Amino acid sequence: MYVAVKGGEAAIANAHRLLADRRRGDRALPAIGIGQIVAQLGLAVDRVMAEASLYDRSLAALAIRQARGDLIEAIFILRAYRTTLPRFGYSRPIDTGAMLVERRVSATYKDLPGGQLLGPTFDYTHRLLDPSLLGDEAVEALPEREDTGEPLMRVSDILAGEGLVEEDGGLPEGHVAGDLTREPLEFPMPRDLRLQALARGDEGFLLALGYSTQRGYARSHPFVGEIRIGMVEVELELPELGFAVPLGRIQVTECQMVNQFKGSAKTPPQFTRGYGLVFGQGERKAMAMSLVDRALRAEEFGEDVVAPAQDEEFVISHSDNVQATGFVEHLKLPHYVDFQAELDLVRRMRRDYEAAQNTDLPEAAE
Amino acid sequence: MTSTGKAGDRRDDTGDDVRRRAMGLLAVASRAELEAAWNGLAGKPAARMVRGPETGLVMVRGRIGGGGAAFNLGEATVSRASIRLEDGTIGHAHALGGDRETVRLAAIFDGLFQQPAHRADVERLLDVVAARLRREDEAQARQTAATRVDFFTMVRGED
Amino acid sequence: MTIDTLVFTGGFREPVFQSQSVFRTLMDCMARPGTIGRIAPAVLPPPPLGAMAGAVALMLCDQDTPVWLTPGLAGSALPAWLAFHAGAPVTDDRQTARFAFIEKAALLPSLSLFAQGTQDYPDRSTTIVVEIEAVEGGRPFRLTGPGIRDEAIVAPRGLPDLFAQMWSENRRAFPCGVDLVLTAGEEIACLPRTTVVHPLEA
Repeated sequence: MYVAVKGGEAAIANAHRLLADRRRGDRALPAIGIGQIVAQLGLAVDRVMAEASLYDRSLAALAIRQARGDLIEAIFILRAYRTTLPRFGYSRPIDTGAMLVERRVSATYKDLPGGQLLGPTFDYTHRLLDPSLLGDEAVEALPEREDTGEPLMRVSDILAGEGLVEEDGGLPEGHVAGDLTREPLEFPMPRDLRLQALARGDEGFLLALGYSTQRGYARSHPFVGEIRIGMVEVELELPELGFAVPLGRIQVTECQMVNQFKGSAKTPPQFTRGYGLVFGQGERKAMAMSLVDRALRAEEFGEDVVAPAQDEEFVISHSDNVQATGFVEHLKLPHYVDFQAELDLVRRMRRDYEAAQNTDLPEAAE
Repeated sequence: MTSTGKAGDRRDDTGDDVRRRAMGLLAVASRAELEAAWNGLAGKPAARMVRGPETGLVMVRGRIGGGGAAFNLGEATVSRASIRLEDGTIGHAHALGGDRETVRLAAIFDGLFQQPAHRADVERLLDVVAARLRREDEAQARQTAATRVDFFTMVRGED
Repeated sequence: MTIDTLVFTGGFREPVFQSQSVFRTLMDCMARPGTIGRIAPAVLPPPPLGAMAGAVALMLCDQDTPVWLTPGLAGSALPAWLAFHAGAPVTDDRQTARFAFIEKAALLPSLSLFAQGTQDYPDRSTTIVVEIEAVEGGRPFRLTGPGIRDEAIVAPRGLPDLFAQMWSENRRAFPCGVDLVLTAGEEIACLPRTTVVHPLEA
């Protein structure tokens, strides 16, 4: 029998008040400001922007505060918010070659034009907890050095000079970049749509998949050709003016992963590439994305699809943490009726089982 | 280090490029810079809104491998405004972020930029913005340059 | 008026409230075919498009909806007006158009030339907004189908003589087909593809 029930309004309202109280925490402490979150928890903000697929540091910081620092909840809130805004258009593709770079490293060439620029990295830190950060000690004045002005050539262009690396990924003439926020996913999908899905994919999921390829599940022997982080200009074509105007700059992280490829009947041996591009400073995510992008190109290179990271439908269907959390977390919502039905079924099966046991008993005694 | 992303570095002679440079600088002008320029105007022009100010999204595109086919990276918030000055001149402004008052002011300055009588006022504002951007970019470039690795060889293996 | 004035003016003054009011009226008319909706004109599109069709255009069209226009409209300031106020691109390919606009007295092309949607996604079809002379006073039709209690009688003036035949062809590949929005002055009526049109003797 199905009994419709309602109730819980007062409990829900009070739970929300309790949430607001716990979010604010100890009133003896000052409330954290949005500007403080943007400035001092910048990489959390960047992760929320990247996975919410919405570049806006203030909104991402607000979402983090609202979510009490639960980043997936913050991503969820920001994703929901973006659906309320009208879309003005599509930008011209950003030019990462013209980036105002604040970090650029290559693991393949030591002496590359423009040099290795470490930027604000955790690399080479000792990963020891720093008690000085318990307080608010003054930060040292920044060292400066004359900028050489040397152009930061892309590593992929250096390799391309020798013809030993595949070109930047092309798609057939006339292909219009797909948009998964507008059309439902269909498999198999072209690489542009995969990259859109990976760019908003969960960092932890992509990191684990990327790691799996290194451990032998779809081995591809990768090198970091180049990682660069910096500001790029966004331009929007304005139909009312007939030209593109700059809207300002955004920070992005780009990873060019270079992988071995032995070649095929049609293609000479050369390096292949995986590509990662994410909003903000997100090096780990960009690297993981480029590993997974390369693994997902298995069929394109005639490689056997044997590992999870190569399985497009598996990877893309499960990379979105908002979808994932929605489906996992819905399990805690009332399933009283479903469960009653299953309970009845199990009771009946148990009765049948016990009845069968009882009739079996005399035979067993023989 | 290159920084061709600097809006302030472009100067061309064609009309569109001049306007484009102005709009690019107005897009990154701070609220304080715009308000200071507005307060410095001798006569305050009347401007009627014809669109916005409103906040929406632009889908930012990247290129596969950095230079290949386009793909949709993700959206960014953008605010825009269009105004009409008394003589019918239309001014537009678009800028990343959610600050509608800033783009409203920027749209007025884009309108004024098209009026020969006011262009010099706007140019002064643009110079302020361009100079600030240059200072910021150069400071960042010098800070980044300080983290450049200088390799030196300690022992040569073949000896 | 200069082209600039035509293009950059005449949008919704209160975009949120006015477009919601147009939407509500259109939705009611689409849900109850034969109902005549009325909206005070809130926009001023460039001629020859009328105010009601212009309001429907700004309310329905955006960046993601390519719009097909008749030669008369495509040659007017309408494409730039739509681009500025709605962000909508104009296409000359009827198969990719999500909306189409036909001004008063212009030829209504064969409905089958427009996008019909697919079996899986019948919504991927063109919604055609047709300006007619009047929503009443023409040749009467009896309407039946979803959203109509028993039957509804409409008599739009300014539809092609063979309209009933065009419409029955439009329904042949159901759920594929197109939907029609008819506008005249401040009035609006809708014909979704679910509606059966029976001609009556005038």
